[in-house]
Amino acid sequence: MYKILSKSEIVPNVHKLVLEAPDIAEKAKPGQFVILMIDETGERLPFTLSDWDAKNGTITIYFLEVGLSTMDLVRFKGEELSAVIGPLGKPTPIDKFGTVVLGGGCYGVGGIYPIAKAMKEAGNTVITLIEARSSYLLYNEEGLRRVSDRFIVATEDGTKGEKGKVHDVIENLIQEESIDRAYFIGCTFMMMNCLNKTKTHDITTFVALNPIMVDGTGMCGCCRCSVDGKTKFACVDGPIFEAKEVDWDQLFKRNAAYSQQEAIIYQFHSCESEGV
Amino acid sequence: MDAKDKLKIPRQKMPEQNPNARAKNFMEVPLGYSPKTAQLEAQRCLHCKIPKCMEGCPVGVKIPEFLKLIVEGDFAAAARKIKETNSLPAVCGRVCPQESQCEATCILGKKKEPVAIGRLERFVADYEREKNLIKLPKKLPSNKKKVAIIGSGPSGLTVAGDLIKLGYEVTIFEALHKPGGVLIYGIPEFRLPKAIVEAEVDYLVKQGVKLELNKVIGASKSVEDLMKKDGYDAIYIGVGAGLPRFMRIEGENLSNVYSANEYLTRINLMKAYLYPQHYTPIALGRKVTVVGGGNVTMDSARCALRTGAESVTVVYRRAREQMPARAEEIHHAEEEGIFLKLLNNPVELIGDDKGAVKEMKCIRMELGEPDDSGRRRPVPIEGSEFPIKTDLVIMGIGAGANPLLTSTLPTLELNKWGYIVADENGKTSMKGVFAGGDIVTGAATVISAMGAGKRAARAIDVHVRSKK
Ligand SMILES: Cc1cc2nc3c(=O)[nH]c(=O)nc-3n(C[C@H](O)[C@H](O)[C@H](O)COP(=O)(O)OP(=O)(O)OC[C@H]3O[C@@H](n4cnc5c(N)ncnc54)[C@H](O)[C@@H]3O)c2cc1C
Ligand SMILES: Cc1cc2nc3c(=O)[nH]c(=O)nc-3n(C[C@H](O)[C@H](O)[C@H](O)COP(=O)(O)OP(=O)(O)OC[C@H]3O[C@@H](n4cnc5c(N)ncnc54)[C@H](O)[C@@H]3O)c2cc1C
Ligand code: SF4
Ligand code: SF4
Ligand code: FES
Repeated sequence: MYKILSKSEIVPNVHKLVLEAPDIAEKAKPGQFVILMIDETGERLPFTLSDWDAKNGTITIYFLEVGLSTMDLVRFKGEELSAVIGPLGKPTPIDKFGTVVLGGGCYGVGGIYPIAKAMKEAGNTVITLIEARSSYLLYNEEGLRRVSDRFIVATEDGTKGEKGKVHDVIENLIQEESIDRAYFIGCTFMMMNCLNKTKTHDITTFVALNPIMVDGTGMCGCCRCSVDGKTKFACVDGPIFEAKEVDWDQLFKRNAAYSQQEAIIYQFHSCESEGV
Repeated sequence: MDAKDKLKIPRQKMPEQNPNARAKNFMEVPLGYSPKTAQLEAQRCLHCKIPKCMEGCPVGVKIPEFLKLIVEGDFAAAARKIKETNSLPAVCGRVCPQESQCEATCILGKKKEPVAIGRLERFVADYEREKNLIKLPKKLPSNKKKVAIIGSGPSGLTVAGDLIKLGYEVTIFEALHKPGGVLIYGIPEFRLPKAIVEAEVDYLVKQGVKLELNKVIGASKSVEDLMKKDGYDAIYIGVGAGLPRFMRIEGENLSNVYSANEYLTRINLMKAYLYPQHYTPIALGRKVTVVGGGNVTMDSARCALRTGAESVTVVYRRAREQMPARAEEIHHAEEEGIFLKLLNNPVELIGDDKGAVKEMKCIRMELGEPDDSGRRRPVPIEGSEFPIKTDLVIMGIGAGANPLLTSTLPTLELNKWGYIVADENGKTSMKGVFAGGDIVTGAATVISAMGAGKRAARAIDVHVRSKK
């Protein structure tokens, strides 16, 4: 069993989960993820490893409530999860590349931290960009600022930092800085939009793809994505890929494959558990 | 009873769920023999001086001896007799391809039908379990030696069972959250109830085998950690052939196109057929098409039917005689209304505007010259393409070697397809590392994976004792 050390909603709809998982904390590398299960009847849920502490044997993830399983995780009152599996996926190579930009949206604000930290330690100039709809939805700022040479906040309503989203802010940044590499983590749409900006300037760009997964060990092929015209299994070949030739359309469509079933069941369960 | 009278007894049928009813549920299809029927069936055995049947069994189950115990009415003793060489009789009695193994070589099969060895094996194993007659085997005192087994499929379970009896400290590391390998995630409930697999694993745990679930060796822990840090004296790799194959045709990444591994894992491991009580969903196709001709194909097709498909078609590029699936499964599938489209092969999948598959383009095939496998090679008939309407496609064309673990072991010798090179006894190119089952042979059978486990357990024992 895997003990939950803390679980809290740090800003509306973003939950921070700290788990006791010494084996995973010891092995974790930037870019990897874990799969967790609440109980036997639950789904196997992939989440990005957003921080870990090998000495104390803990791992941290940030998650958003988007459907049935994440709703269950929010409401879960138990002290232990029935499964935490990892670290999975290929670590992203860390080296001295020069100036590295990291962009995070939604759960990626948490997810980019390990890469930012490792890039900083490797001697890069680290520029971090995060986005949120409004200032009160920003999180993880402190940690990110510590590992960044430049730290830029963007809010859609302009209540803090620059007005707009990461893909807006990056426009200016590209003019100001010579960027050697960029990494984006967040929802599929955010990553695609950011890539569209860096692509035109020939900046080597990486994204953390988030297709639907089952086993996470390369056994089922559920997570397949087309990258450079080749089929890749995101759980073992990724999840971080060089982004230029990702077939985004396919990723959107495959990710929506169950949306009808899931939307109905989400509504049903949230009504039921609220006694409506 | 003399031989003549014996020959007069017909092979006893096993009652089954009616095809119409069972096509809508996940309960087991064959219902099992009654003690009386079992005894009658066992009486058919001629007790040959040279029992040919045993030659057909990859692990040499003492068939005439266990059949005799059935006739005598000592069913639990019969089960124990089988267990001397086969530790999973309740599983093998259900899933072995008997028609090409023990029953294929039974002498009775020459003139009449062979003894129903598989059904009887199943009967005694069920009897022993259901009547709580299972006794833990004798165990040698602990020798303080540790063996790590990677993978909890039939081959890993066999190694564990054999070594624990010899006094080893045995730990099985399993990547998934449930032990059993293909027996749990692949073969469906209606063919192999999961309670049986659970009972078999439980039997090992009661004897002291430790289970470490959710540990992906190569990711969560390395083989080096196991040997150096955790002090294991030997390692057995039984990770199976868990890499789904695709055809690399246009449209294969459309939504509602599954590998059989994914489809079956969702249904069996994640229990998607119980959605939404179980949270993992599965696409519900009306017109389902399954590609392939093996057990994997038949299992997927029959699961699709049970999750409410209106029609299920199996597209296979060779002829019926060449289908590798168990004869009984093909028969059951057809009884349930699954349609076999033989000598056809998909060439393209076409999607709708939501990116979901709506049509499969097929080409007709004819049989040409025999290929390496000795089977006549299917060749496409030019210009014979035609469309099939379909809203769910399952690729059941087999599996390859998953490189997750092997790629972390640079000194482990692999063959050109990525399978581990191991000798008869499971010895690999790495000292103290043994391997067996599907990761050595490629996708094969439960019983051959168990046979490999048996031989490897012996070799591991010899290796560890000679180490000192
Ligand atoms: C490698 C990887 C890392 C991830 N890291 C994080 C993370 O750190 N934090 C986090 O909150 N989420 C992360 N995700 C996404 C997370 O796994 C899904 O949000 C979660 O599985 C949804 O479960 P659900 O049952 O609550 O929602 P569902 O009912 O399954 O889905 C609700 C909605 O979300 C969409 N959806 C489902 N699965 C995914 C998915 N994998 N990606 C995007 N959309 C999806 C559905 O189409 C649907 O519209 C990651 C996904 C992957 C593959
Ligand atoms: C759908 C289907 C139906 C079948 N039907 C039949 C049948 O009717 N009769 C028959 O005889 N055979 C059948 N087979 C074949 C048979 O199931 C296999 O040959 C047999 O299970 C192989 O056993 P194994 O122990 O080598 O591996 P598996 O059963 O594949 O087990 C391997 C285990 O190792 C685990 N693993 C993999 N990688 C790692 C890792 N890195 N770390 C930890 N654990 C890991 C896997 O999760 C899995 O649990 C069928 C196969 C399938 C897929
Ligand atoms: S183990 Fe399989 S092949 Fe051997 S006797 Fe039993 S059913 Fe036949
Ligand atoms: S070959 Fe057939 S008849 Fe002879 S001993 Fe074996 S099961 Fe009995
Ligand atoms: S999730 Fe099954 S192969 Fe990636």
